[in-house]
Amino acid sequence: MNTVLAAEAGSTTARNLTITLFLIFVAITLAITIWASRQTKTATDFYAGGRSFSGFQNGMAIGGDYMSAASFLGIAGIIALYGYDGFLYSIGFLVAWLVALLLVAELLRNSGRYTMADVLAFRMRQRPVRTAAAVSTITVSIFYLLAQMVGAGALVALLLGIKPGTTFLGMDADTAKVATIVLVGALMIIYVTVGGMKGTTYVQIVKAFLLMTGALVMTLLVLAKYKFNLSSLLGDAADASGKGAAFLEPGLRYGVETPGDALKTFYSKMDLLSLGIALVLGTAGLPHILIRFYTVPTARAARKSVLWAIGIIGAFYLLTLALGFGAAAIVGGQAITAQDKAGNTAAPQLAEALGADFFGGNLGGATLLAIIAAVAFATILAVVAGLTLASSSSLAHDFYANVVKNGQTSERQEVNVARISALVIGAVSIVLSIFAQNLNVAFLVALAFAVAASGNLPAILYSLFWKRFNTSGAVWSIYGGLLAAVLLVFFSPVVSGAPTAMFPDQDWHWFPLSNPGILSIPFGFLCGWLGTVLSKERDDDKYAELEVRSLTGAGAH
Amino acid sequence: MSTDTPASAPSESTAERYLAVQRSDEFAGLRRALRGFVFPMTVAFFLWYALYVILSAYARGFMGTKLVGNINVALVFGLLQFVSTFVIAWLYSRFANRRIDPVADRIRAEMGEVNHEHGPRG
Repeated sequence: MNTVLAAEAGSTTARNLTITLFLIFVAITLAITIWASRQTKTATDFYAGGRSFSGFQNGMAIGGDYMSAASFLGIAGIIALYGYDGFLYSIGFLVAWLVALLLVAELLRNSGRYTMADVLAFRMRQRPVRTAAAVSTITVSIFYLLAQMVGAGALVALLLGIKPGTTFLGMDADTAKVATIVLVGALMIIYVTVGGMKGTTYVQIVKAFLLMTGALVMTLLVLAKYKFNLSSLLGDAADASGKGAAFLEPGLRYGVETPGDALKTFYSKMDLLSLGIALVLGTAGLPHILIRFYTVPTARAARKSVLWAIGIIGAFYLLTLALGFGAAAIVGGQAITAQDKAGNTAAPQLAEALGADFFGGNLGGATLLAIIAAVAFATILAVVAGLTLASSSSLAHDFYANVVKNGQTSERQEVNVARISALVIGAVSIVLSIFAQNLNVAFLVALAFAVAASGNLPAILYSLFWKRFNTSGAVWSIYGGLLAAVLLVFFSPVVSGAPTAMFPDQDWHWFPLSNPGILSIPFGFLCGWLGTVLSKERDDDKYAELEVRSLTGAGAH
Repeated sequence: MSTDTPASAPSESTAERYLAVQRSDEFAGLRRALRGFVFPMTVAFFLWYALYVILSAYARGFMGTKLVGNINVALVFGLLQFVSTFVIAWLYSRFANRRIDPVADRIRAEMGEVNHEHGPRG
C-alpha cells in the first residue's frame, strides 16, 4: 500500500483542507474568547472562570488540558514503532489521576483560591513559599510549553507535506517552522490575555471533543478493517514490525536488555521504573492541572470533574492503543520512520491510509489526513493556552500581588499584571522555542512531570496532611525536588553524551538515567521533612483552620 | 520581617472556632473516615501499579505468555490497570457521596455557613 504522506495528487488538497479546517477552529475559538472576555470582570472570572463550570465541562477541559500532542501523536508513534512499550506511558498517565482524585482535588478546591500556592502558603510565611511556588510553576510550565511549541514547529512541515526543496506560500520547511511557532505563541497569548480562564476552558472543551471524535472515528475504521478482531490486528502489527511476538511485549524501548552488559541492562530497567514513578506522581503536582479545580463551584463538583476526566482520558488512551497498533499494521514502521524518526507522524499517516481505504483514493486519504492534522494543531493550542494561563496566574497572584506588593493591590491591578505576564511568558516561550527548534526537547515533558512529582507534590501532600509542616519544609521540598530533578537531567544522556541528546556532540553526562524521578522524588519528600524538623516554626491554629476548611468546605472561595 | 506573617491573621474568635471544630468528635470521625479510605487505597493502587511496572521490567517471559490468540499477559495486565483505575474512582465517588458529603455538610451548617452545594459562588 502506498502510504507516503500526502501523495502528490492529494498533497495540495490535503494541505488546503488542513489549513481551512484549522482556520475554522481558530475563528470559532477566537469568537468564544471574545465572548468570554465580555463575561470576565473580576479576578475570579479571570483566574477561575467565575467558578461557574459544571463537573462535566471541567472534566472535558481537564482532558483538553492534559491530552497533549505528546500523548496523541507521541504515544501513538511510540506504540507504532516500539509496540507494547508505548502503552506503559498511557497507563502511568491514567493511574496518576487517582492521586489527584483521592488526595488532592477536593481538598485543594476547598482551601485554595486561584493558584497552587494558595494552599501551600495557607499557614506559612507568604513571601518565601509563594516565591518558591511561582518559580516552580513557571519552570514546569515553560518546560512543558517549549516541548509543545517546538513539537508544533517540527510537525507543521510534516503535516502540511512541505518537503525539502519545495515551498508553501513562499516558505520553505524551516521558515514554516518558525512561522508556526510564532503563530501558536500569538494565538495562546490572545486566548489567555483576552479570554482568561473562561476562554481557555472553552478552547479546551472544544479541542477535547474534536480529539475524542477524531480518535474514535479512526479507531472504528482500524477495527472495522480487522472485523473487530483485536487478536488479528495485533498479529498483523507484530508481523509488519519485523520483531514478531516481542513487539507485543514490554522491552523494545524501555528497560532494554543488552546481552553481556549487565550494568547497561540494570540502568535501562531502573530508567523504566523511574519513568513509571514520575508519570504516576507528576500529574497531581502540575500547576496547570491544579488550577482547573478552582473553576468549579464546590469540592463535589471538583470530584465529578476528576471522575469525568478519568473516563475521558482513559477512553482516549485505549483509542491510542488501537491507533498505534493500527499504524504499525497498516502503515508499517519503515514508512513511519521515513517521515519522522520519532514516529510522531504515525497517527496522521494512519489517517491518510484509512481515508484512502474507506473513502476512496487520494481524495479520501487527503481528507482524513487533513482532519487529523487540524485536530493535532487544535490540541497543541489548547494545551499551550492552559500552560500560559497557569504560569501567568502564578506570576501575578503569587509573585506580584503577594510577594512584591505584600497583598496590597487591587483586583483590577492584579488581573492587568496577569495579562501582561501572559504576554511576557508567551513572548519568552516563542523566543526560546525558536532557539531550541532544532534541538531534541521531547524529554522536557517527562522532566516537567519529574519536577512536579519531586518538588510540588511533596509540598502539597505535607501541607494538606501534616500538622507539623512549616515554611522551611515547604521551601526546602520545592527547591530541593526542583533542583534535584533539573540537575540530574542536565547531567543525563538526554542532554549530552548520546546520539539522541539535546547536544549530541558534547558530553558532560555522569548520571546514567534519562528519568530522575526515582532519586529526585524521594529527595523532595526528604527535603520537605528535614526542612520542617530543622525549623521551630509551627502553627497549630492555622493548621486547624486549613484542615477544617479543606475537609468540609467551610469558608471556601 | 513583619510582612512575613500569614496573609489573613485570623481573629482570636475565628481561630478558636476552627480549633473547636477540629477537636469535635464529629470532625475527628470525618477525618478518620476520609483517611481510612484514601490512604489504604492510595497504597493499594500504587503497589498494584508498581507491580505492573516491575513485571514489565523483570518478568518479560511471564508478561509475554499468550492467553488467547495474540493477546498476552502484558496486554491484559495493562488493561486491568485501566479497569482498576475506573473501579477505584467509582468506589471513591460512592464512598464520598455517602460518608463524606453528609458529614461535611452538617459540620458546615453547624458553623453557620450557608450551604453552597447547589449554586456557584465567587
